[in-house]
Formats: sequence, structure tokens, C-alpha cells
Amino acid sequence: MRLSDRAMLVTFAVLLPMPALFSAMGEPFLTVVLTRALIFAIAALSLDLILGFGAMVSFGHAAYLGIGAYAAGILAANGVTGLEVQLPVALAAAGAFALVTGAISLRTRGVHFIMITLAFGQMAYFLMSSLSAYGGDDGMALAGRSTLFGADPFGSSLRFFYVTLALLAGIWALLRAVTRSRFGRVLTGTRENETRMQAIGFSPFGYRLTAYAISGMIASVAGVLLANHAAFVSPSYMGWARSGEMIAMVVLGGMGTLTGPVLGAIAFILSEEALARLTTHWRLPFGAAVVLAVLFTRGGLLGALRGRR
Amino acid sequence: MTPALSVRGLTKSFDALKVSDGISFDVAWGELHAIIGPNGAGKTTLIHQLSGSLAPDAGRILLGGHDITRLSMAARARRGLARSFQITSILAGLTALENVALAVQARSGSSFRFLRQVARESALNDQAAEALAAAGLAGAEDRSAGTLSHGEKRQLEIAIALAMQPKVLLLDEPLAGTGHRESAALLDLIAGLKGRLSIVLIEHDMEAVFALADRISVLVYGRLIATGTPDAIRADAQVRAAYLGDEEGA
Ligand SMILES: Nc1ncnc2c1ncn2[C@@H]1O[C@H](COP(=O)(O)OP(=O)(O)OP(=O)(O)O)[C@@H](O)[C@H]1O
Ligand SMILES: [Mg+2]
Repeated sequence: MRLSDRAMLVTFAVLLPMPALFSAMGEPFLTVVLTRALIFAIAALSLDLILGFGAMVSFGHAAYLGIGAYAAGILAANGVTGLEVQLPVALAAAGAFALVTGAISLRTRGVHFIMITLAFGQMAYFLMSSLSAYGGDDGMALAGRSTLFGADPFGSSLRFFYVTLALLAGIWALLRAVTRSRFGRVLTGTRENETRMQAIGFSPFGYRLTAYAISGMIASVAGVLLANHAAFVSPSYMGWARSGEMIAMVVLGGMGTLTGPVLGAIAFILSEEALARLTTHWRLPFGAAVVLAVLFTRGGLLGALRGRR
Repeated sequence: MTPALSVRGLTKSFDALKVSDGISFDVAWGELHAIIGPNGAGKTTLIHQLSGSLAPDAGRILLGGHDITRLSMAARARRGLARSFQITSILAGLTALENVALAVQARSGSSFRFLRQVARESALNDQAAEALAAAGLAGAEDRSAGTLSHGEKRQLEIAIALAMQPKVLLLDEPLAGTGHRESAALLDLIAGLKGRLSIVLIEHDMEAVFALADRISVLVYGRLIATGTPDAIRADAQVRAAYLGDEEGA
């Protein structure tokens, strides 16, 4: 088994008993924090598909988180709380937004791609800010927790944790298959050398756009979870700062490895939480810590596991 | 019979510099057609236009009688036009086998398949391994392409091109930068391909060119000044004056 897979299985094995451990420590709130980390792990995984495997540096990925959160929020405000409706709506909206904006963005490369995805992300942000019926700038409280065919999957922090963990595992397994498929190999090939891929007969655009849409759709699932976790939706989920954080999680953990982004997101959210407890001026040392971690762990946390070379 | 490849009046300028000046020639099925000419004559620019990475200003390119002048590089590749690059172009992060298997994949069914593990598709792997062996890279399957020696990367480029099973193969200085033994092996390989597919070969090694080619075209300052058999080219006064003269001492 590859190191990346082994590290992932160990991570799942460590995560499984965590809620019990936290309540034994008398810190059940940590389960809630860890759940938030797992939600961002799903988002970071989705970003890694395009960033790590496709070399598409999207600076607007938080838009998809927001689309998922607003799909849950707006439907709940209109009395529709079932995930059986909310998830398909979130996936469809994210997929459509990705296809339209991707078809335009993917005509550019490098810094231009970064700028144009940033611009589309900000457009989504301002669109939601202007929706006064749904809280506008201030956002809105979630009218009701999402249900699943009448059941209450987010009813307790314990249930929320395991539902999120199961989703994370499923999405990890799905992306693991996708990245090893014919499609995944073409995507990796375009990352390595676009001209070479064209010379053997592949037109990269369709493969890139498909990856971009899959990535956005998976991020919207994290958005639905995030809305339930915070019991709140707000345009701030979609801002460029959040997009930047997601890139940091992927790079911190190790791009193009699938396990890396999961570790990166957990490390990011947990250290953010820990520093926030220590000092109110936590943002500066936190930023510095992320920069140092990225500089000194080539290939991210997973690269550090592989050993220095 | 329609030629495998026809080039008609191909013209291309970079600003004031005319790099292709009304180039016309045919390559018959199974012919090995060499293009020689001094540095900067426009040989690579010609290959770029044939393969589709550069658009000509004027002129037409026909593959098996079909006009491909406006097709993308990928579309030309799918129709059977393969090329190697003067400056090595491979997928450095993938293994040698994966590099070649992708070329097989490109012509065998859809690549919009998302779940089945591609590394387990033995049809792809077997054909890729065969092409690697034919290019002299048997045993290098699992090595990362980026760690191959320069000569091995040249061989890998040829393996990739072979795996495409092209009708027409464009080789831009396949021997450039290879050592003695490697270039001998590559020449054997090219000689072995002769007659099985049409080849356009650009090469500075005159000994190799005159030994291998069925016909030779001479390109000087973007113009084809002569096309003919090796013997005819060797005897051509204009060619001797413009190009060969300074090497063979007329
Ligand atoms: N993209 C470009 N823009 C401007 N000039 C170019 C470009 N590409 C090539 N040239 C010029 O066109 C001329 C022909 O270049 P080309 O690479 O086709 O020559 P070549 O015959 O392949 O030479 P060599 O034997 O050195 O490989 C050269 O003078 C070169 O400087
Ligand atoms: Mg050249």
C-alpha cells in the first residue's frame, strides 16, 4: 500500500474514537471543533483535485462552499430541510456555476487564471451580500437543521461528527478512484506537460472543465455541512480570504496526495483554534506558522512523513 | 495514389523574417523523407506547422488527402500524425510506462472513465511495454520519466510516438544530444520503421540522412531549394553551393 493510503487509514483510525476521548477529558466541545476541521478537510480535498492533480490554482473555491451553504440556508428558510432535496440542489447549483465560470476561466493560464477565479468568487460573494431577503451582508440564521428522509443526522454533536467523518471517507475513496482512473491520468498528464498531451491527441480543455465541476460540486457538500455546523449562513463563507485559507490547507498538507489536504485542513483548523485560545492577537503568529510550515515541509505534512531528502 | 502527406505553399513569417517561404513537397506512403538545412533554416518551424502547434500564414497541409490545416494539434494526432520534439517533451512526473500508456489510451476508447483503475488495464500496459521495448527501453517501465538520461528520454519520445500507431511520423533531430551508442540504437530503430509508416526526418547527421532517406529536401532560409533522391541531392550544384559545399569541400 502506498504511504499516502496508509497515512489516511491511520488518520481515520485515530479520528474514530476521538469524541469518546474528548468527553472522557471533559472537553466535549472539542468534538465540535474537530467536526469543523473535517468539513474543511472535505473542501480541501475537493480543491486538491484541481490544484494538486490539475495545476489549476483557483482562488475562488470558497464560492462553492458558499453555494452549498446558501442552498441549505435558502431552502430551509422556505421550509425545505430535507438533504434529499438540499444536496441535489447544492450539487446542481455548484456544478452549473463551475461549468459556466470554468468555461471562461480555463481559457487562461497561470496568474490570469488565479485572477479570474478570484473575480468570479468575489462576484458570488457580492451577489449573496445583495440578497436582502436572505440576510444580505449580515447573513442569516439557518431556519432549521437539515434532515434526511425525516431523520436528524445533525441532531447531536456526536452524530454530526460521525456523519461528517463518513462523508469524508466516502469522498476520499471516490477521489482516490477518480485520480487513478483513465480520466485522472489524463488530468495528471495535463498538469505535467500540456503540449505533450496535445501531441498525443488529448484536448485538455474538456478534462480540465470536468475536473473543475467535480471539484466545485464536492466543495458544495462541505458548504451544506458548514451551514448546519454554524447554524448560520453568511457571504463571508465565500470571500477570497477563505479561498486563500483553503489553498493554504492543501499546500500545508501536501498537494496532489489526497491524504495531504485532509491532514492540512485538520492541522489548520486545530492550530487556529489553539492559538485563538492562547491570545487574541493570534492571526499574526498563525500566519507566520503557516508560512514556516509550508517552507520547511517540502511537499507538505505528508512530504515530511516521507522523510527529508 | 494520394500521398501520405502533402504540403502546398506553406508560408510563415515572424515579423519581417520569412521562416517558411512557399514550401511544397509530398511524402509518399512508407517513404522516409529527410529535410536538411543549416541552423535557423526553419526546419523546426516547419514541423511546428505540420503538427499544428503553429498556424501558417498561408498554404495547405493534407494528411492522406484530407485538409488538416485548420485542425488542432490534438485532432491531427488522433488522425495519425505523431511527432517528436527537438527539445525533449515528456511527462516528467509519470513513469516511462505511464507516458507511453497515455499515448495508447488516446486512441483506445473514451478517457472520460472515472472509476476503473487505469494502471490495471492490461491492454494499455501491454501495448505500452511493447513500444518501450521497440524503442530500446525494455526494463525502464517503472522508472520516473524525469530521472531517465537524456538519450533515454529521446528513446521515450520515440516510444510515445510509436504507441500512437501513426500514419505519418515527424522526427525533429531525434539524435540531438545523444551519445554514440544511443544514437546508433536510435538509427537502427528508425531504419527498422522504414517502409511501415511515412517519416519526415530532420537531422544534422548527414551520414545518417544519406544512408536512411528515400528522398531528401533541402531547406535554406525558409525555401526548399531542392527535393530528390540522396544521389540527386549529392550531385545538385545549387545544394552544394548553398549548403553541402562547405562541408564536403566541393
Ligand atoms: N517564435 C519565434 N519567434 C520569432 N522568431 C522565431 C521563432 N521561432 C523561430 N524563430 C526564428 O526562425 C528561424 C528558424 O528557426 P527554426 O527553429 O525553425 O530553425 P531550425 O532550422 O529548426 O534550426 P536548428 O537547426 O538550429 O534547429 C530562426 O532564425 C529563429 O530564430
Ligand atoms: Mg530546429
